[in-house]
Amino acid sequence: MATASPKDNRWMLLSLFFLLLFLGFWALISLNTKIPSPLSVAKVAGEFLAHPFYDNGPNDKGIGILTGYSLLRLSAGFTVGALLGIFWGVVLGLNPMLFKALNPFIQILRAISPIAWMPLLLYSVRDSGVTALLVVIMASLWPTLANTAFGVAHIKKDYINVANILQLNPIAKVMKVVLPAAGPAIVAGLKISMGAAWVAIVPAEALLGSLGLGYFVWNEWNNLSLPSVIFAILLIGIVGVVIDLLFSKLAGKLAYTD
Amino acid sequence: MCTSPFCTCPNTKAFDDPFDPEVSLTHTGVGAEKADEARPVQAFSREAAVSRAVESAVVQAVFGGCDHSRRAFLQRVGGAAALGIIGSIFPLDAIKALAQEKSGPPEKKDLKIGFIPITCGTPIIMAEPMGFYAKHGLAGTQVTKAAGWAMIRDWAVAKQVDCAHMLSPMPLALTLGAGAEATPFIMPAIENINGQAITLHKDHKNVKGPQDMKGFTFCVPFDYSMHNMLLRYYLAEGGVDPDRDVKIRVVPPPEMVANLKAKNIDGYLAPDPFNQRAVYEEAGFIFKLSKELWPGHPCCGFAMPAEFAKTMPNSFKAVFNAIVDATLYCSEAKNRKDIAAAVSPRNYLNQPLEVVEQVLLGQYPDGLGNNVNDPERIDFNPMPWQSMAVWILSQMKRWGYLKGEVNYKIVAEQVYLAAGCADLLRARGKSVPDNYYQKYKIMGKEFDPADPEGYIASFAIKRT
Repeated sequence: MATASPKDNRWMLLSLFFLLLFLGFWALISLNTKIPSPLSVAKVAGEFLAHPFYDNGPNDKGIGILTGYSLLRLSAGFTVGALLGIFWGVVLGLNPMLFKALNPFIQILRAISPIAWMPLLLYSVRDSGVTALLVVIMASLWPTLANTAFGVAHIKKDYINVANILQLNPIAKVMKVVLPAAGPAIVAGLKISMGAAWVAIVPAEALLGSLGLGYFVWNEWNNLSLPSVIFAILLIGIVGVVIDLLFSKLAGKLAYTD
Repeated sequence: MCTSPFCTCPNTKAFDDPFDPEVSLTHTGVGAEKADEARPVQAFSREAAVSRAVESAVVQAVFGGCDHSRRAFLQRVGGAAALGIIGSIFPLDAIKALAQEKSGPPEKKDLKIGFIPITCGTPIIMAEPMGFYAKHGLAGTQVTKAAGWAMIRDWAVAKQVDCAHMLSPMPLALTLGAGAEATPFIMPAIENINGQAITLHKDHKNVKGPQDMKGFTFCVPFDYSMHNMLLRYYLAEGGVDPDRDVKIRVVPPPEMVANLKAKNIDGYLAPDPFNQRAVYEEAGFIFKLSKELWPGHPCCGFAMPAEFAKTMPNSFKAVFNAIVDATLYCSEAKNRKDIAAAVSPRNYLNQPLEVVEQVLLGQYPDGLGNNVNDPERIDFNPMPWQSMAVWILSQMKRWGYLKGEVNYKIVAEQVYLAAGCADLLRARGKSVPDNYYQKYKIMGKEFDPADPEGYIASFAIKRT
């Protein structure tokens, strides 16, 4: 298969070309419609990014502070969701009978948008901050759980046999054999979870009025300020990519080959 | 018989426990003499005395001064239970808190108050930057922006905020458990009167009245809103059935403007600045101000769980005073320009100053090429007339939001603290009549708060 060699940097030029093409199209469309032009968005972006950490009271904070709130919510929710997902994934992966019995429920639950849970969660926990966190947990739980269970269930029988011969206790068996063997599947699940959590966080914050990037989108939408909304869209995308890259780097360190 | 708990005649019985069946609240009762002999004289603190007097007044009001039935009732259920029953009907704790002449320092100074970014809530919002909360000892009180009415309702019920900006039907609906779990709420003050409008898409400039609106899609901000009630009333008066001949959707106001621009909807009855915003965005025009339907109608209010007045009576009193002051300040035309500048920034309304000024000053382009000057486009008046509550309940019943028997007067008096607000207004030199039930003329049709059922029956279009 022909792949670009690491030294071949022409793809960067191509990328730049696509970017310019996109901006050109955008500028052309904005000339004939009321969609804000790239320049007006850049101007708004400049204003927001010039003072990212101002604090004008509980309803108006700088974009840096708001991004911080979202990232904090993401890491807290993702950590809890991932731990729960891995734990139950291992339990189900090692118990084929239980896995089969619960699988239909898991499939139904993971098909539900975490935002759909929001009114019910808010009604039961009665705190919008905790609700937003639970939405993130819900979003990050299922992909990790399903992937972990699948990975654990498909570990080579030899590994388990060796562990049994060595008479490892159950905890050592999980830590030394099961988790490393299912590692790639788990990491793939975690990556999907991270993406899902980031996608869920924006509408959750917008609906709940919890400070963060979602709140920013909603507040600017209230003012029908489309340049600000487009700026927020771009920022959310870029932050999402950065998170994904960092996560891939981390995952690279955990990867192994048979 | 002396019916006033505040009377100063020497043999007043207002300070005896009204929940003791052995006690007579009338001044000449035989039972009273007996009870007085049997009981050592108690020294009441002033606070306890006022509290007692309030309870007596309410008990007398409930039993209409009929001491016989009061005693019979108390003997049957017991004093403590009676206090509970009557307390569950009347906002006893709120009234007690207000009757205390001197109040101590607020139990909580840094209150959290939820608001929706619309001009209706101007007094609640501007009271923070313009220092009205701080002036009444509530330094550190902050207003927090909520994303929508369902959200602010849940914030208030879950006590994530202490008090909240609400649509005037919301505390009634909450107390009755319509559209939510029943939670007793009180509304000490109305915020704005008037200030809403029917906005139509610019293609509908030839529309004259409801008869031309069949098949339209309208938006309102919430089911339990004056917007929904007024739009339904307006359409039905013109022979258009709001449930069958048009579509009415609940949509957040900024989305209404976006939808109007896209011509997904034909119009809306919404709070400002979103009517003026449609003109500003060249998407629509102001068809009719809500004051043309019912001059002086209530819209938004300042509400809180009834429990707040009980657990924090001093904070309750302080915030009530701050809100009444702020609302009166907003009602003065000369202050409106400063207020518009205070509430427009991103922390509060997040709207162009120009649009907020057009709304608050009442000098605005209507989208049809006219520049209108109507200083009463929006006004601010805190008085929560109980007849307003009865009208709202009558319309909730009319359109099927309330089923079965509605005890209009009791609900109105439990939720709308007219007497408390009237006292604060009188203390500020305003004259307020003693009767908190007024008659209204809405689109030429009279509403008599004494006969809400007859009023509902008089409509041709209804869901009862």
